[in-house]
Amino acid sequence: MLIRAKINGIEVQVEKGTTILEAAGTVQVKIPTLCKHPDLHASAACGICIVKVRGSAKMLRACCTPLEEGMDIITHDPEIISVRRTVLELILSKHPNDCLKCGRNNDCELQKLAADFGIRQESFKNFLSPLPPDDSTGTIVLEPQKCILCGRCVDVCQNMQNVWALSFLERGFETRISPAGDIKLADSPCVRCGQCSNHCPTGAIVEKDDTNRVWAALQDPDKYCVVQIAPAVRVAVGEAFGYPVGTNLTKKLYALLRRLGFKAVFDTNFAADVTIMEEGTEFVERLTKQKGPLPLITTCCPSWVDFMEKFHPDMIEYFSSCKSPQEILGVLAKTYYAEMKGIDPAKIYVVSIMPCTSKKYEIKRCEEMFASGCQDVDVSLTTRELARMIKQAGIDFVNLPDEDPDHILRDYSGAGVIFGATGGVMEAALRTAYFVLNGKNLKKVDFEELRGLNGVKEAEVQIDGKKIRVAIAHGLSNVEYVLNKVREAKKNNLEIPYHFIEVMACAGGCVGGGGQPYGVTDELRKKRAGGLYQDDRDCSVRFSHENPYIKKLYAEYLCKPLGEKSEHLLHTHYKARPVYVK
Amino acid sequence: MCSEHILEQLKPIVEEWKGKEGSLIMVLHAVQNHFGYVPREVSLQLSRLLEIPLARIYEVITFYNYFKLEPPGKHRISVCLGTACYLKGAPVILEEVKSILSVKEGETTKDGLFHLDVVRCLGCCGLAPVMMVDDKVYGKVSKGQVMEIVSKYGKEG
Repeated sequence: MLIRAKINGIEVQVEKGTTILEAAGTVQVKIPTLCKHPDLHASAACGICIVKVRGSAKMLRACCTPLEEGMDIITHDPEIISVRRTVLELILSKHPNDCLKCGRNNDCELQKLAADFGIRQESFKNFLSPLPPDDSTGTIVLEPQKCILCGRCVDVCQNMQNVWALSFLERGFETRISPAGDIKLADSPCVRCGQCSNHCPTGAIVEKDDTNRVWAALQDPDKYCVVQIAPAVRVAVGEAFGYPVGTNLTKKLYALLRRLGFKAVFDTNFAADVTIMEEGTEFVERLTKQKGPLPLITTCCPSWVDFMEKFHPDMIEYFSSCKSPQEILGVLAKTYYAEMKGIDPAKIYVVSIMPCTSKKYEIKRCEEMFASGCQDVDVSLTTRELARMIKQAGIDFVNLPDEDPDHILRDYSGAGVIFGATGGVMEAALRTAYFVLNGKNLKKVDFEELRGLNGVKEAEVQIDGKKIRVAIAHGLSNVEYVLNKVREAKKNNLEIPYHFIEVMACAGGCVGGGGQPYGVTDELRKKRAGGLYQDDRDCSVRFSHENPYIKKLYAEYLCKPLGEKSEHLLHTHYKARPVYVK
Repeated sequence: MCSEHILEQLKPIVEEWKGKEGSLIMVLHAVQNHFGYVPREVSLQLSRLLEIPLARIYEVITFYNYFKLEPPGKHRISVCLGTACYLKGAPVILEEVKSILSVKEGETTKDGLFHLDVVRCLGCCGLAPVMMVDDKVYGKVSKGQVMEIVSKYGKEG
């Protein structure tokens, strides 16, 4: 049902239930807010979005008030602006004003509003929380002093991700964001997905900055620094340099990384192709030779792995033992590449650029992350950290020439690049599974039904006369539905609902990862994913098993998927972990 | 406190309330009454039994002043900071108690003997400044008397 109303005297027609904040957007008014985010519920926490109805003295919060028939809304007048400024000053009275030293300096919603509203003085006495920063997870840093209690992180953690690490404790002036019982994040259910950091309007939750370690390594004559970039990074890093969202900058990144001082530049997409060779084969073996239970569940996402180990340990037997592409590239750099080049693996220093905060955790997750004999990936940086390094180096990223990646861990198939979008791992795996089962390639390569942003995607795919049922979940709150269907079927001895399940912790998959540039929305997720699917279409090879460098890798080094060497280098195990350590 | 022992005690409480609307706060009331506070082990068990995330349980516990996370002290000291007491020097009394016991308001001493609370008006403003230890009211307290009052209870153990 449509309703008619006025905003600043302009007629609007919107669906019933549309909030004033959303309706204002249709007449080109962006009402400021610090708590409302398109991904999240309106909570009316910050109080910045107040508006007036003509003829009434009362002020309404635009984020959570639906527009009603006949309303005559005023979104700006001297009184509204003055009240908004006061609200902002009150928020700032509990916030440090040392922006220059903050992880969000120049990219902060609070700082931007303070600038927009021309805050020039401290109107209220400044009270700062005495709570210390928490960097216990080694992935994200929680700085309670900078928290404005907007509640976005809590909504993300509890509702989008169903993790419940963060909560609002106490009330009134004592209110704080913290794990239950004020324990450290590392002792809480936190799965380090970093979605809290990605949605935080201020610097209260940021990624742990490891850029100095990388600068130091690049300077160290005893280290041979190599680097890999993940699929989703290439379509997002440009946002920090004014590129349109979704612009694919793969070849500029290769050039850039070389100029930063890396001796060899690899592409995680190549390792994604290896993942498909291993995981695709694992799937086919479980499907046709009963070499393990079905459904097979993907394990590229370390936050999902952590979530499963904590909350769904009964699913461990279904997990693919295959490592993530980050780890596969790391171990191949320190074994295969080291042997080919005659370099001492102990000197190789592997840096990975990931869209993800959790990848910082994955590099030490268990002993198999040291399969080369030393830590396979030494440092994992987020897209945001890479953008800072580019700026620190003063490299004119926009005008860099295109270059190719290095040596043997390089070219990728279209199947490898779509790993960065939800459904991509499944699509890539099915392309290769079809070949393994049928001995020939799919005619229609694109699986449109596996793409897009629906929280759970279910599809049935015909391979060799067999009906393969698959499910894809992204955003951890969507996992329960899929897992419960599996549990239900097992309990009642019914046919399994799915043969293959893909899970990514972050909404949209890695393109929406916790380490990606700020300001993520579904629109951005679609555009970033669009960049990856375009790259896939542009690839001359679109099947992992047809990537000539993959063939070479198996011919020269690994022998065959799931072979002895592969098992040793490319596979891992999982174990139940306590939800609360304390 | 072993977990089986806790489970045994929680069973009837949980059975009465599980699945009912607003069950968490009722269960927490029962737990608070039973144990005198809400121990973390109990919250962890409740989270499992009621299928409510621990984070939500702590949000409720810490929102309401009634629920305590620490065991209560043997003796409860309440210092009144109501208007009359405040004007008659209660802040000095409060500081003295805090310094003698080395606790902040709302905390319990390490030996578990005293719990310190700040209250607003005990209904005997004529005696301001007032402090209470358990059920006994001490009126017109001077800074010098605080040690004397507290040590009475200390000696008893």
